[in-house]
Amino acid sequence: MTMPFYVPPEQLIKDRAEFARKGIARGRSIVVAEYADGVLLIGENPSGSLHKLAEIYDAIAFAGVGRFNEFEMLRVAGIRYADLKGYSYGRPDVTGKGLANAYSQTMGTIFTHEVKPYEVEVFVAEVGADPEATRLYRIQFDGTLRTEHQFGAIGGQDDALREKLADGYEPGAELRAVVRLAWDAIEAVEDREIPAGDWEAAVLDRHLGRRKFRRLGPAEIEAARA
Amino acid sequence: MSGQSDGFTGSLPLDAPTIGSSFSALLEERSLHPTWTTDDQLGDLEIPEATTVLALRYADGVVMAGDRRATAGNVIAHKRVQKVFPADEYSAVAISGTAGMALELIKLFQTELEHYEKIEGTRLSLEGKANYLARMVRGNLALAFQGLVVVPLFCGFDESTQEGSLYTFDVVGGRYEEQEYATTGSGGAEAKAFLKSAFRPDLDEAGALALAVEALVAAAEEDAATGGPDLKRGIYPNVVSVTSAGYREVGDDDIAATAARVMETRP
Repeated sequence: MTMPFYVPPEQLIKDRAEFARKGIARGRSIVVAEYADGVLLIGENPSGSLHKLAEIYDAIAFAGVGRFNEFEMLRVAGIRYADLKGYSYGRPDVTGKGLANAYSQTMGTIFTHEVKPYEVEVFVAEVGADPEATRLYRIQFDGTLRTEHQFGAIGGQDDALREKLADGYEPGAELRAVVRLAWDAIEAVEDREIPAGDWEAAVLDRHLGRRKFRRLGPAEIEAARA
Repeated sequence: MSGQSDGFTGSLPLDAPTIGSSFSALLEERSLHPTWTTDDQLGDLEIPEATTVLALRYADGVVMAGDRRATAGNVIAHKRVQKVFPADEYSAVAISGTAGMALELIKLFQTELEHYEKIEGTRLSLEGKANYLARMVRGNLALAFQGLVVVPLFCGFDESTQEGSLYTFDVVGGRYEEQEYATTGSGGAEAKAFLKSAFRPDLDEAGALALAVEALVAAAEEDAATGGPDLKRGIYPNVVSVTSAGYREVGDDDIAATAARVMETRP
């Protein structure tokens, strides 16, 4: 009988975390930031059809970085979670906090139990009736759940991005200003110019009707930058 | 309603074996799908029924309207029932028949359309929506034989052809596209008779709105189960329009003014 090699748990977790971090670092970052009317989500995405930003429920949006198939599974599961909950109880009972917790639990379990951890990071944004009620949650590959205040970033360059954003961010700024800030921050961190057509952006606008998620078209993104 | 054994569990449905974008399939898999089962005839059990709804095409799209009354036998069960609903941004659905079942059917239909749109990133075609609704009606066939009938009316603005379309259904799930107008419910025949004499294909929005309200007034005059506009209590029909600009509810003030004018000029 052969004995399996003993691997200390510290080593096991470290290896898994390193593996996941490497995968995520290859992906492009996404910035989420509050503006006067709600929340902006923006990132580089040359693919026009494979989205990284998505609507989950009335006031809740999703952003994912890393392996597409993995965060796509999380996105679909999030929509199912939200629609099931809203149908079973009521629309106001679907909250960003509940969804972020569900993601956190699931990703934590996958990190320790599955053969391979997910190489993804996700962001859950929920726009409130006023800025005080707006909530931003960031969930990491191991299920670590954090709330972010006013702005946040996910992806390989998240720390550098957050620093850049902190320098230029002004609470209550107009959408144009926040698009410009995020655009400049991402370009500065990536150290290259990103063509106008390669951006994906969406907003949660608290002044829209029941469904507050809206994608920004290429023209709109470029106009905001001008 | 039975079959609510496990309820909403709160965990993320990541491993749901259903692949695809159907919300109903997800509900069924979790035994959450609303079902009404009974082996007995209803006998003299009186269940609230929603009555007259109608829809008509006009130059910019479709107008849909419904009265506000629900009856249980010869009793007026509810005076302010809503029977016309948005199905999604570019379509509307109205109901007649057993009110409780019909309202649940609409909630499920609305959720299904939004669920599909979010997962697929694109809306179902108007025909796709109508076909799906037909399937939902067909699912209630066994109950229809026991007297629990639900018959919807569906209309919308077709984003591909840029035209308003409207569909009627029968209890076996038959789906029929109508060219001019359609009615259903207990006062439907009266409303239809009125529309037949007054309908013109070149109506503008104000004209279509006035026609819809007058058809409901005509139905209420002949059918006891249909409620006419109640100017004293401020109960007015629900009227909505669906055009290239999407679904819009006509405000109570507009309907009140139209209703007052219609009542004035009725022979």
